[in-house]
Amino acid sequence: MEFSVMLTTMAGGMLKTGAIFVLTLLGSLPLGMIVALLRKSRFMPVRALISIYISVIRGTPLMLQLLVWYFGPFYLFGFNIGGWRFPAIIVAFVVNYAAYFAEIYRGGIESIPQGQYEAAQVLGYTKTQTFMRIILPQVIKIIMPSVTNEVITLVKDTSMAFTLAYAEVFSLAKQISASQTSFTPFIIAGVFYFVANYVVEIVMTRIEKSMDYYK
Amino acid sequence: MILEMSNIQKGFDGLEVLKDISFGVDSGEVVSIIGPSGSGKSTLLRCATFLETIDGGEIAYMGDKAAWTDSETSKAVYAGPQEMKKFRGYCGLVFQQFNLFPHYSILQNITDAPIKVQGVSKADAEANARDLLRKMGIEDKADAYPFQLSGGQQQRVAIARALAMKPEILFFDEPTSALDPELTGEVLKVIKQLADEDMTMVIVTHEMPFAKAVSDRVIFMDGGVIVEQGDPKDVLENPTEERTRQFLSVFER
Repeated sequence: MEFSVMLTTMAGGMLKTGAIFVLTLLGSLPLGMIVALLRKSRFMPVRALISIYISVIRGTPLMLQLLVWYFGPFYLFGFNIGGWRFPAIIVAFVVNYAAYFAEIYRGGIESIPQGQYEAAQVLGYTKTQTFMRIILPQVIKIIMPSVTNEVITLVKDTSMAFTLAYAEVFSLAKQISASQTSFTPFIIAGVFYFVANYVVEIVMTRIEKSMDYYK
Repeated sequence: MILEMSNIQKGFDGLEVLKDISFGVDSGEVVSIIGPSGSGKSTLLRCATFLETIDGGEIAYMGDKAAWTDSETSKAVYAGPQEMKKFRGYCGLVFQQFNLFPHYSILQNITDAPIKVQGVSKADAEANARDLLRKMGIEDKADAYPFQLSGGQQQRVAIARALAMKPEILFFDEPTSALDPELTGEVLKVIKQLADEDMTMVIVTHEMPFAKAVSDRVIFMDGGVIVEQGDPKDVLENPTEERTRQFLSVFER
């Protein structure tokens, strides 16, 4: 197989990797915030449920979670899982990353001094205004380095979709390498992940810089 | 009476901090509260500004009750959310640690609440904020951020931020305690200026000469009760209570 053919074949995989990456972030970044806020809920059962969820997600391999989300509906309920492959991957990634983001958000929210809440309360801000206008902007600045770390991990974690034989870059590299007895596909995959993360670094650094105007 | 607090009780985990305190402030009056730490001064201010809920007693602003003790349950109850919004609008608080919003410029720190809470137009809020900054002597700092200012300047911004809400009464919780000695003067000067303009104020402070110069009345608190109060000269120079004398003797060195 010629190099150009290999590259074109793998380009399709790159798009699929990109799809997992983008959809996971779109889902898990907001879901993580909801989880973080529910963790501070007034209702004990809600708090307990959230803390179990975070423990289970962090305590088991993502690879196993992928298998459970994909095959679970069949083994547990006898559902037909045709066409469920991609949705299962996205659900697994979103649910997994939301747990990690929730913990990052929680750390950020807890690091805001109580005085900020009190100043806002005395000035008459509602709870929602206090959170959206005073707390959240400061939290975002504080958590950026941790979020960057997590996003970089996500780029590499997308390769785990290979577990469900989804044709993203890593699966394709392995397939082509086996059938062509060539090492080149792995090099292409490696360069792809590296470049993708390099772009992530540049973008995240820009965002961090844009918040450098205050301390 | 702008503020009237009667028989206020407040405890934290069984520890009684305010023991049946009654305390009122007239329009235009400047009241200083002095006393050792742990005497309940700050808690009294925090109850008056609704940062803490009282366990019993009554709080009234402008003659309207904001909190009272329910005769059946003998627990404190507060007015509804809509009314509380009004009561919160009557009072402002300047904190020991300033608590400016670090992500907002000085101008935004002062204009955001009037715009978002009171619905003042941006133009009016900014014009008013610049007036206040001029009064505080820091009009050139409008576009700076809190971290770029000295402690004394930050505290003056905090005072401007509180004044921008046009409160009926302004509370100060040890406004100079977090400042280097050479910076306290500039903050005390603007508070003095406000006193001269008949702003109603309650100031918790350890600055005795300042309390004497600025107040109409001085209150000495200890152990959750008001031990003594009256004319600043009387309380600070000729206290009738032994505990007041003991406390003040520490400052004479």
